Amino acid sequence: MKDLAAIAAFAALVGGLTLALDSGVWLTFIMMALYASLLAQSWNLLGGYGGQFSFGHALFFGTGAYVQAIAQLSLGFNAWLALAAAVAVAAAVAAFVGALTFRYGLKGSYFALVTLAFAEVFRILAVSASFTGGGVGLMLPLRESLGNMQFGSRKGYIALVLGWVVLALLVTAWLRHSRFGAQLQAVRDNEDAARAIGVDAWAVKIGAIVLSAVFMGAGGAFYVQVFQYIDPGLAFGPTTSVEALVAAIVGGMGTLWGPLLGAAVLHLLGELTRNLFGQLPGLNMVVYGSVLVLIVMFVPRGLSGVGRSVRDLLRRPRG
Amino acid sequence: MAEPLLSLQGVSIAFGGLRAVQDVSLQVQPGTLTALIGPNGAGKTTLFALMSGFLRPDTGTVHFDGRDITGQAPHLNARAGMTRTFQIVQPFAAQTVRENIAVGAHLREPRRAAALAAAERIAQRVGLGPLLDQPAGELTVAGRKRLELARALATGPKLLLLDEVLAGLNPQEIAEMIPVVRAIVHGDAAGQQLGGVTVLMIEHVMQAVMNLAEHVWVLAQGRLIAQGTPAEVTRNEQVIEAYLGHGTAARLQGAAR
Amino acid sequence: MFDFGILFSSVLNGVTTGAVYALIALGLTLIYGVLHIINFAHGAALMVALYAVYLLKTQWGIDPYLALPIVVPGMFALGYGLQRGVINRAGRGKDENILLVTLGISIVLENLALLVFKSDTRSIETPYTLSTVAIGPATISLAKLVAFGGAVAASAVLLLILTRTDLGRAIRAVAKEKHGAKLMGIDVEHVYAMCFGIGLACVGAAACFLLPAYYVNPLVGAGFVPVAFTIVVLGGMGSFVGALVGGLLIGVVESLGGLYLGESLGQIGIFVVFIAVLLFRPQGLFGAKA
Repeated sequence: MKDLAAIAAFAALVGGLTLALDSGVWLTFIMMALYASLLAQSWNLLGGYGGQFSFGHALFFGTGAYVQAIAQLSLGFNAWLALAAAVAVAAAVAAFVGALTFRYGLKGSYFALVTLAFAEVFRILAVSASFTGGGVGLMLPLRESLGNMQFGSRKGYIALVLGWVVLALLVTAWLRHSRFGAQLQAVRDNEDAARAIGVDAWAVKIGAIVLSAVFMGAGGAFYVQVFQYIDPGLAFGPTTSVEALVAAIVGGMGTLWGPLLGAAVLHLLGELTRNLFGQLPGLNMVVYGSVLVLIVMFVPRGLSGVGRSVRDLLRRPRG
Repeated sequence: MAEPLLSLQGVSIAFGGLRAVQDVSLQVQPGTLTALIGPNGAGKTTLFALMSGFLRPDTGTVHFDGRDITGQAPHLNARAGMTRTFQIVQPFAAQTVRENIAVGAHLREPRRAAALAAAERIAQRVGLGPLLDQPAGELTVAGRKRLELARALATGPKLLLLDEVLAGLNPQEIAEMIPVVRAIVHGDAAGQQLGGVTVLMIEHVMQAVMNLAEHVWVLAQGRLIAQGTPAEVTRNEQVIEAYLGHGTAARLQGAAR
Repeated sequence: MFDFGILFSSVLNGVTTGAVYALIALGLTLIYGVLHIINFAHGAALMVALYAVYLLKTQWGIDPYLALPIVVPGMFALGYGLQRGVINRAGRGKDENILLVTLGISIVLENLALLVFKSDTRSIETPYTLSTVAIGPATISLAKLVAFGGAVAASAVLLLILTRTDLGRAIRAVAKEKHGAKLMGIDVEHVYAMCFGIGLACVGAAACFLLPAYYVNPLVGAGFVPVAFTIVVLGGMGSFVGALVGGLLIGVVESLGGLYLGESLGQIGIFVVFIAVLLFRPQGLFGAKA
């Protein structure tokens, strides 16, 4: 299948690049771009393919991050076991939120608002509770080893996140060629029509939000392993939600490669801005917000849509 | 007589103060092509919504294929064999014609390749063959109506509820659609394709109703005011009054004398 | 649990804050009722207005209440321009696009403020910021009392505009039946922009009443967003009365929540109300069933 070949090529390319490079700057760039892609791909599953726009996707990210940290610190879990737990709990939270909101038929703006509300609730809870370290957050002690999922060089982390990105790509490709994916997109395009021809819209949407949460939770766990720190603002705050959303939209929602493209472009933009203006608080977000507005105004199908439109124009005979 | 495929008993629903459907009872026999007609606002589409599970009746029951399905969710009704189309067509605009129909096929067929193949066959059957790879959003009205029909057919229904499948078509397009609808029920003249699907259609295009329907129900202001063969029903005074206004029937008769 | 004096004080506080909340929510519900869009940038607009009032005071010595004739028209112009120039263009009628654009605008505004003003919290000092008034067993700051009065007055003005002026009639016509209104010769785009402008003007007025009793930092708008949305949803999207009643109710809920649960956890009360309303009674107290 074309998609599988492309994904394999991508993995080989990035893997080869990683092995070949030694520059800390480049490796960090690749790692963070892949990390951003993972978040965008996660959002894309629910937003692009499912048509449900979540404005509080950090809910699953933060859940994954805190479980990863708490499982190791308080429960003595091995880092890899913690990862499994992080993903599982994130999925459970998604199932709960999804079951509740979709059961009552929330969609569009209302759904976006509710996801935002849930993320905020978790943030407040994280600030108030003691087992989450309160407002101060949690720190993971430095102990580099494969078994502990902490690597001396960026290459180890890149391998880890690349694995997740490839998995997300595979899942997205599966959506494009499967019954579940067809039903999900039908619900996105026209829920009533889909129901009339036998699609269980509620079940399909829950499947999508759970799938999305798995990758978002993995992203959160990854963050904790790389930076060895998490606090309520980082975990559940709007920055992460916005990053995931904007990258997916900029690159092109509902496409296989859109989120990666968007994440890479935005990350590059962020780096450029930082080089030009220094590390100013809020600058990154101003860029993200402006790009979002501009893209929605002028290129709503995202950057990958531009390529597609041009190709369509050239391919189809005018009649 | 055979067991009716669809049976409504005393179905009513009101929205706020408006009684949209009042005490409607009817029975659809399997293997028939029947029609539901009535002036605008009579409650025909609401009745379809009640049958297919998009609305739950305040009173009354809906039985399908021997089972009580009152208020059952639409997707479960589709699985049981009742599929409805929409008056305002609802294509999955971003997807191709083939992909659209495949969603319907997926109700019975879990495998992607098989569903796509089934979609292709059904598209040929309703005359959408050449447009299979066209994005659904780019079809003409006639094309979208056929797509709506094809997608519903792909679910392998026992009963098809067609809501104004001919609305918005020009006479040529209507003439092309009529045999397609007839073939769904009775198979085509050359015996190439099997029929066997029961069809209940809401229609305004009287030409189609006279041509196709074996039995007609007339709905006005939420009530069933007449039923019978197309000829009987169009001669019915109450029906004429419902469409053309109070006293028209007498005036028409007076003018004829 | 608490003695009557503290409880009364808390409720009074909640009511006065609630009135200002109501004014903010009025703008939001007007925008939704007419344009049918959920303005995610509403909180950011409040922040912009608060900074405007702050700067007018610290740079030019203009008292917040006297700044009303500057800030309100200014915010109106901002709203008109945003709707006509950006949101309308980007929205193209599709709900998701409008959602994303207002989100984008809010992100840009909030983070521009962060860049320019850093994250410090600032407040102003006027002759009356520290004075208090005794009402029954409670003492309440004078500024809050004035805020209450101001908010009520502004709401009354808004109501008058909507019911007694031609613009108000046009707005109500467009809200009810856009296409019919267009056929009657009403310039719908203009009405939309006017509405958005009025919505932001409400926020401007609220800022003038709010700052003396409150403070400003780049994130303050984000803090008001959940409150404003909860009120609008509780009162009923598009319902004027709903926004007023909802505002007062939520003000009290927040105050009592803070009293019983503490500062940070008390915030949860708002969100719980919000989620509960959306799930179980999405039309709110006074809204029309969708």
